[in-house]
Amino acid sequence: MEVVDIDARAAKLGIDWSQVNFDSIQLPPGEDFGIESDDEAVYQDDQSEFDTGFGNIIVVDHLPVVPKEKFEKLEGVVKKIYNQLGVIKENGLWMPVDPDTKMTLGYCFIEFNTPQKGARTRLFLMVEYFLRVSLNVWGSLQEAQNAKEKSHGYKLDKSHIFAVNMFDDFDRLMNVKEEWEPPQARPYVPGENLQKWLTDEKARDQLVIRSGPDTEVFWNDTRQKAPEPVHKRPYWTESYVQWSPLGTYLVTLHKQGAAVWGGADTFTRLMRYQHSMVKLVDFSPGEKYLVTYHSQEPSNPRDASKVEIKVFDVRTGRMMRDFKGSADEFSIGGPGGVAGASWPVFRWAGGKDDKYFAKLSKNTISVYETETFSLIDKKSMKVDNVVDICWSPTDSILSLFVPEQGGGNQPAKVALVQIPSKVELRQKNLFSVSDCKMYWQSSGEYLAVKVDRYTKTKKSTYSGFELFRIKERDIPIEVLELDNKNDKIIAFAWEPKGHRFAVIHGDQPRPDVSFYSMKTAQNTGRVSKLATLKAKQANALFWSPTGKYIILAGLKGFNGQLEFFNVDELETMATAEHFMATDIEWDPTGRYVATAVTSVHEMENGFTIWSFNGIMLYRILKDHFFQLAWRPRPPSFLTAEKEEEIAKTLKKYSKKYEAEDQDVSLLLSEQDREKRKALKEEWEKWVMQWKSLHEEEKLVRQNLRDGEVSDVEEDEYEAKEVEFEDLIDVTEEIVQES
Amino acid sequence: MTMACVSTEGLGLDGRRFNQMRSSSHQTLETRMRPILMKGHERPLTFLRYNRDGDLLFSCAKDHTPTLWLADNGERLGTYGGHNGAVWCCDVSRDSSRLVTGSADQTAKLWDVKSGKQLFTFNFGSSARSVDFSVGDHLAVITTDHFMGVSSAIHVKRIAEDPQDQVGDSVLVLQSPDRKKKINRAVWGPLNQTIVSGGEDTVIRIWDTETGKLLKQSDEEVGHKEAITSLCKAADDSHFLTGSHDKTAKACLWDMRTLTLIKSYTTVVPVNAVAMSPLLNHVVLGGGQDASAVTTTDHRAGKFEAKFYDTILEEEIGGVKGHFGPINALAFNPDGKSFSSGGEDGYVRLHHFDSNYFNIKI
Repeated sequence: MEVVDIDARAAKLGIDWSQVNFDSIQLPPGEDFGIESDDEAVYQDDQSEFDTGFGNIIVVDHLPVVPKEKFEKLEGVVKKIYNQLGVIKENGLWMPVDPDTKMTLGYCFIEFNTPQKGARTRLFLMVEYFLRVSLNVWGSLQEAQNAKEKSHGYKLDKSHIFAVNMFDDFDRLMNVKEEWEPPQARPYVPGENLQKWLTDEKARDQLVIRSGPDTEVFWNDTRQKAPEPVHKRPYWTESYVQWSPLGTYLVTLHKQGAAVWGGADTFTRLMRYQHSMVKLVDFSPGEKYLVTYHSQEPSNPRDASKVEIKVFDVRTGRMMRDFKGSADEFSIGGPGGVAGASWPVFRWAGGKDDKYFAKLSKNTISVYETETFSLIDKKSMKVDNVVDICWSPTDSILSLFVPEQGGGNQPAKVALVQIPSKVELRQKNLFSVSDCKMYWQSSGEYLAVKVDRYTKTKKSTYSGFELFRIKERDIPIEVLELDNKNDKIIAFAWEPKGHRFAVIHGDQPRPDVSFYSMKTAQNTGRVSKLATLKAKQANALFWSPTGKYIILAGLKGFNGQLEFFNVDELETMATAEHFMATDIEWDPTGRYVATAVTSVHEMENGFTIWSFNGIMLYRILKDHFFQLAWRPRPPSFLTAEKEEEIAKTLKKYSKKYEAEDQDVSLLLSEQDREKRKALKEEWEKWVMQWKSLHEEEKLVRQNLRDGEVSDVEEDEYEAKEVEFEDLIDVTEEIVQES
Repeated sequence: MTMACVSTEGLGLDGRRFNQMRSSSHQTLETRMRPILMKGHERPLTFLRYNRDGDLLFSCAKDHTPTLWLADNGERLGTYGGHNGAVWCCDVSRDSSRLVTGSADQTAKLWDVKSGKQLFTFNFGSSARSVDFSVGDHLAVITTDHFMGVSSAIHVKRIAEDPQDQVGDSVLVLQSPDRKKKINRAVWGPLNQTIVSGGEDTVIRIWDTETGKLLKQSDEEVGHKEAITSLCKAADDSHFLTGSHDKTAKACLWDMRTLTLIKSYTTVVPVNAVAMSPLLNHVVLGGGQDASAVTTTDHRAGKFEAKFYDTILEEEIGGVKGHFGPINALAFNPDGKSFSSGGEDGYVRLHHFDSNYFNIKI
């Protein structure tokens, strides 16, 4: 647009520039009216060559073919239709007529208001804005596009359904070759082995830590008694990192969305998932899908925050479905979470198929299936007042809890529902219940429900357990009460893949820990108590992922007391302390365990690696230590029988590893000795230098001291020499050892 | 004036620590070593200093009276009354006749060690943070803080042979480039040719005493990251050790002539005090969580421990516990057979090493 144009246009509209106060015009932010700024225009000069300038013309097909008499009527109809969708340029409708028959040809061209391009300055922008406001033609720029989309398929009558195309498209479509050319088959490029870390020769595990701005992935090398770095990156993530459930990916969070990393040798970015300001992520158990969560604080504090959740296919990066709504719809039940909703909002059904996921909202449970990403049977399940749901870790069975209603007239209920049939497999009514917590055993064989009941006075509560045997016929339920009914239950944990569970109960500061088994030699069908350990400083339970071993941990208030306990033998293997420890995590193989002090307080941040039986292996201190996570491993391919066989013949295998261990420790002590020797030599060089300088300066010093001879200094020197003999002794002794 | 105030107390051997050290093949320093607990100050200790013969120990504290102790049994010999503010630092002449003290009452005083008499008062416009006698004791370097308009500075005073002739004029005044930061310590370099200073601006500087020019300063990369709290030099002036509050809570060993970083020792709490054994290759770091940040949950959280490191290997050897506040001052007896520590808790703990200390192998 040139200045002349502007003047002409203004004159047409009867605007006097002298009366316009440009400063009073506020440009809406982010709006450029399709006018590029000067610098953009420079970059886009090349492109403009390809622009035919017909972008605002559409072609409408399948119009009725009418004779001359009806031409104007049809023209009127078409104008009427398209005037609703945009402003047609003056004389912008052209309906060609067959020169012989004077009949229309059944199509027409419509030109919309021309988008303005080529302006150069802010002045032009303002003028454009001003004119737009006067003309009241907001949004006319995309009119052509808009009109095309909106009117394509418009039914004028039964036999005339509009086919609308952009004029520009014709050129493109005409150029399509008549003959079909098969697309070139691209040669298959094998992808990276994303599970290469599993083939580590030393069978080590990886862990990721975040401290300060850095995120680091390490091998836990217990032979070297130190972590071996794999990958380190400052500002890798903007909030936290998370492994996928089978360990293939590491997900990082950014302003723009989430990204997953992985690869054979180092961590490269495999895929990005666009979700602005993502706050939380969650994988489906088979790591096929990634759920991302974002909530926006409302400007008005009385409103609920807005929540947006997206489900992505991890491998293709495609968004499968997104859910939007206010936080109220997402915030029922579930443990913890962030402001806005309890996380995870969507709970995935167990197993590796990633078939179903469920969402709990008020009075409804919505179960979706991943084939179509829609509700099963197209509708949610109505369950009045349901407050908690929990999937079996292996089967598509959903357990749900409904509290008492009507002041105790309607009992509380725990039910098991089969998905997708929505058949209720089992249910149990419970009376005078204050709260329930559901705990599934990791192989889905048992479900424990911790039930807090009111005492008769309703003033306090006591706890008991309802134990469901899922895999047995009719799902029998057993009731378990603790020896002392009034004990508070502090923690509960199933043995992974096992039949036992541990409970911390009693009063702080020295509660008891009890172990129960669902299956003992004498009592196969009944739960029985194995042992109670009295007065332990523990408030959390951490079973080894392979079972058998458990750590009774006293975190927070107990300053990090650790007791490594063997449940098979019912004996304590070791007690230790990681002072102020806040987190404990077993490695996926159950060989090592990491205890960490994270940055909840400033003191002694860092982590310690222990063997399963409580021997401290090494300790790393890091300031501002935020997170530690072992890389999970996918389940083993070995059958249970094979595993058992290996366990029996373990001695055969362990010989090899013991020999390797020995080699490494020899090598290490050798290296250590070399290092020490070098350090000592270097130090001695310094000392020699100092000594000679001191000797040189002796006379000057004596003068400074008014001639006093410092014989004592000589003594001091002798003392130092003695010291060196001492140190040489040290070296000799080590040599003798080896 | 010779009021004895001696008490002893066990070291409170900590099982956890003990086991940990055993398991990590370290040896503990203390099994029978019993410290002498010297309670003479009412406020936190600030500085400790042995005389050259190692029979006297001078202590400075935030109460106003520097105190003299017998370094062997902790008997209190006397106090030096006259300051009207916290006493930050002191130094004793080679012949143990003169004591110089620097105080928050904006003075540095010269004392007669034996009689406890004040010989001279140097007046400054701000508190005197550190003092150090030169080789030959004819000069003293005194650092002063910034205060109301007065910038922090290093003053060199001539010390007269006869106190009658003493004058208050400075021979040389050096001003730190960063005038608003305290200079926590300045000491003489070899042969009085240089002065080494370190303070809140984290930089160690070496000054020429003839010209007053800045000769060297520590590199940002290798140097401390936070305030330098303490500086102690080797007996032969060849190297020195600095302690700092920086995040790794480091102490660094430097060559005094070239300002080359030779070793650094890392601990987890801020370092307030450092000392070097004159006998063995050991350095000691003292400190602990800042008094204002001390948690109330557990006494172990503060780490009020004097930590011993192997000078050459930079590895921790062990620790001596006992203070229930941060350690502000550390000093080795020149014979290397005992050391003392002074804490925020107001106690001086005097430790004589057991024989097994001298046979530590690592």
